[in-house]
Amino acid sequence: MSDTRAVVVALIYLLSATLFVFGLKRLARVRTARQGNTISAVAMLLAVVGTLVELNLVSDYRWIVAGILVGSAVGAILAVRVPMTSMPEMVAILNGFGGAASALVAISIYWVDVAEPGKAGTLASIMGGSQAVTAFLSVLIGGVTFSGSVVAYAKLNGSLPGRPILLPGRHVLNVALLVLSMAMGLFFAYGIGDPVRGAAMMWGLLAASLVLGVLLVIPIGGADMPVVVSLLNSYSGLAACATGFVIGNNLLIISGAMVGAAGIILTRIMCDAMNRSLPSVVMGGFGGDSSAAATAGSQEYTSTRSAGAEEAAMVLEAARKVVVVPGYGLAVAQAQHAVRELGDLLKKRGVEVLYAIHPVAGRMPGHMNVLLAEADIPYELLWEMEKINPEFRDTDAVIVLGANDVVNPAAMTKKDSPIYGMPILEVHHAKTVFVVKRSLGAGYAGIKNELFEQPNTMMVFGDAKKVLQELIGELKQLSS
Amino acid sequence: MMGPLLVGLYVFVLSVFVGFEVINKVPPTLHTPLMSGANAISGITIVGALYTAQTADVTVSNVLGCAAIALAMINVVGGYLVTDRMLKMFGRKG
Repeated sequence: MSDTRAVVVALIYLLSATLFVFGLKRLARVRTARQGNTISAVAMLLAVVGTLVELNLVSDYRWIVAGILVGSAVGAILAVRVPMTSMPEMVAILNGFGGAASALVAISIYWVDVAEPGKAGTLASIMGGSQAVTAFLSVLIGGVTFSGSVVAYAKLNGSLPGRPILLPGRHVLNVALLVLSMAMGLFFAYGIGDPVRGAAMMWGLLAASLVLGVLLVIPIGGADMPVVVSLLNSYSGLAACATGFVIGNNLLIISGAMVGAAGIILTRIMCDAMNRSLPSVVMGGFGGDSSAAATAGSQEYTSTRSAGAEEAAMVLEAARKVVVVPGYGLAVAQAQHAVRELGDLLKKRGVEVLYAIHPVAGRMPGHMNVLLAEADIPYELLWEMEKINPEFRDTDAVIVLGANDVVNPAAMTKKDSPIYGMPILEVHHAKTVFVVKRSLGAGYAGIKNELFEQPNTMMVFGDAKKVLQELIGELKQLSS
Repeated sequence: MMGPLLVGLYVFVLSVFVGFEVINKVPPTLHTPLMSGANAISGITIVGALYTAQTADVTVSNVLGCAAIALAMINVVGGYLVTDRMLKMFGRKG
């Protein structure tokens, strides 16, 4: 490559890295978020253009064009078709593709540099030690990200059960597998001088990393998936970083490291909101372990009261202030537009309507904000937990829509509860609480909800959307 | 041999700090879009994939490289478009 072109390429990469930083910064503020996302997309385009300029003379573009066309088409179709309620699994699976790409790049580089020229000698002696080691790390992290994301995807969309699947001796198994992968990787980098055996070792390493990814995520319960998805997001950034070390490209290292940091920040926010430590989430088993099984004996409810839509509508009509608490049930029932309609109807009657958002409501951080925004509910009306908790004492009626553990007062009062210490929405202080739920079944933590037995709580059984539509119908009748 | 590795490590550590500084204190409303937007950026690995698919021959490296490009592009295009779809909704007033 000529010197001039090398400088041009380096400057394009520098501009791209700068735009990634600006883009992320703007993405983290509500007013500028959309612009930030666009800036980051431009940075990505520049990165690709820079690379194509760098490859210019030696290249035939047919494989590249084929890959870009197929990938863009699939990506665009997925992005346009996915309903907002399925956003968590969409992010999980896209993340998996990113990890898989990093793993494949490292394997492909092995073929380019070693297997296809048929060079003898260890990988480290051909590529250099740090490149050889990061190549195997790229395969390992990329493989774990891919299969882990696929399991998270399956748990989120219900094709795998959300409860933890616990294998006997899983911790020993995981550690053994990790040590085995490391050993294979180091042997692959420093020990094998023959390209054919090296290739076999590369595939073996990929297989081990895929199994490891499955084993790591499968024991983690559905409620902890937000943490898993943000952690895997961080991993996919690190996999891109490792690839950057292999090909000696700082742009990959910079952007991969920032994605890694973003994933860690979100992971920490999620853990704080659930009052869980990251190790306890990663070890898995929550929602199906012995402590939850022990409380299962006291699962039966003795004194719940239930109400129909008519009764609920009369209370709502007389209220001055109503707070809606959305949860995963809202997403399942696709009830976001019905919520908006009910809110509008109440507002027209002079009722103040607010929405209380628990940080881990839904299956992804901020999932409820996205859904309610889709239904055009202004985000000024969505109040965070700390801000709305003092308001409940002065609230006439709360409507809990498919949320469970995040409104369980046991988190504040019962020291032996598995969720003790988790910050909750203190809806039990309100005058009347309507809990819209399909049954008295437990939430993801697998425990009884004491809220349901309180004297001021009324259960309204049914699908969230159907119940809301009945409420809307009753309210319209009351006004006519 | 240690030169580029050390430079890479410097760049890595400093970028992690930049990432933490830039994204610190993100409002809850933006958690999902930020996650999917950051996720799209991890598709940067496409740069590596482009390196490995530069000839016309049918070779293992080209086939793997082509697959890696496709997967990375799904991540990039899907990630940016879906993030934009979400953020567009935040821009509207109810």
